[in-house]
Amino acid sequence: MIRVILPSHLRMLASTDAEVKLTLDAPVTLNAVLEALERVYPMLRGTIRDHGTGARRPLLRFYACQEDLTFQSPDAPLPEAVISGVEPLRIIGAIAGG
Amino acid sequence: MSKVRVLVGTRKGAFVLESDGQRREWRIRGPHFGGWEIYHVKGSAIDPDRLYASQASAWFGQVIHRSDDGGETWNPVGNQFTYKGVPGTHQWYDGTPHPWEFKRVWHLEPSFTDPDILFAGVEDAALFRSADGGQTWEELPGLRGHGSGSQWAPGAGGMCLHTILLDRQNPGRMFVAISAAGAFRSEDAGNTWKPINRGLKSDYIPDSDAEVGHCVHRIAMHSSRPSVLFMQKHWDVMRSDDAGDTWVEVSGDLPSDFGFVIDVHAHEPETVYVVPIKSDSEHYPPEGKLRVYRSRTGGGEWEPLAHGLPQENCYVNVLRDAMAVDSLDPCGVYFGTTGGQVYASADGGDHWAPIVHDLPAVLSVEVQTLP
Repeated sequence: MIRVILPSHLRMLASTDAEVKLTLDAPVTLNAVLEALERVYPMLRGTIRDHGTGARRPLLRFYACQEDLTFQSPDAPLPEAVISGVEPLRIIGAIAGG
Repeated sequence: MSKVRVLVGTRKGAFVLESDGQRREWRIRGPHFGGWEIYHVKGSAIDPDRLYASQASAWFGQVIHRSDDGGETWNPVGNQFTYKGVPGTHQWYDGTPHPWEFKRVWHLEPSFTDPDILFAGVEDAALFRSADGGQTWEELPGLRGHGSGSQWAPGAGGMCLHTILLDRQNPGRMFVAISAAGAFRSEDAGNTWKPINRGLKSDYIPDSDAEVGHCVHRIAMHSSRPSVLFMQKHWDVMRSDDAGDTWVEVSGDLPSDFGFVIDVHAHEPETVYVVPIKSDSEHYPPEGKLRVYRSRTGGGEWEPLAHGLPQENCYVNVLRDAMAVDSLDPCGVYFGTTGGQVYASADGGDHWAPIVHDLPAVLSVEVQTLP
């Protein structure tokens, strides 16, 4: 069971709680988690990564286990603590005013 | 008794304001989509409970919502806007070629014939169409592809297609306006397009009467006379009597011919409203006095309408999609400001009162007249 914590705007859009739980087959990568997330919550397609290119939206970050995973390969395995559900993967919107 | 429903898009959410035909007491619902920028909310003319809303966010991109119950509940629909073919380039601010990139939907225009058909005007400027209630979107590429697209350049607000006018009397005819490219007309439901900017003069481009490059802020028409168009350009209020083939200036005695909004009275096709704004770059009302100006002669001669509007220390703006009229008698006129006020007049502009005065900055105002 993978735990994903969404920023508040995406919780609102998906009508869900802050934390969602996803079941994935191995290998558990960032791309695999996002694909599973978008499968369960199709309204999130295009809001975390670009529809066409799959590129991360520039003002979003991916954190887990007190590490910034944003710039690692999206096809690299996530930390074991995320895969086992001990730690959540956090999707963070950049802090900005306005 | 008739009712009106005012649909307000703001920097931080959407609001629905409702009143009976007297337009004195208002029920305010919202914010819907709190925290999201709502560029536009518009209802279907043939199914008034069908509403569409455009949400845009620098963080999360574009989302479109649809309501089937007059704005009580909303559901997300499709948000994939992909340019057809190889998008190519347009001009960037520095004059260099810049790839076409989708940024946001500025304007949604439901069809007069089918509530599931609607058009979206987007930045970077293009026109999209949905035939399934917003679930999927397809570009009408003839607009960008008619030849001048590579010469278009963004205005300060981006290169946005912000105005879509559908002709009720001629279903194949439609008009769009783009900042800063100009106005365009299609006679075949959006497949092919012609620039209609003859008569516009813009000193901020090298060739002041070029075919394209004009910063058109808004165009408006009365549905009974679809060949008569009114335009608020970056500077100049313009009029065309031949569906845009030629334009003449009708700024007349306005205190400033700069502004964003322009609209036409619901029952008097020669009665036009604008809100003059001071420019260059100030973008607030002249003398700190918020005044709507009305022409009953189709332009040229204008009268200030100030009763009930702030006449000192007022430095708000009224953005291009933030004025609308209802179809009651007398005609109601509505506009929203960047200071968060939505003003209404139930007598064609003679008297004004705020419906609300502390919303986030207002981006758009639309009105539905309901049975």
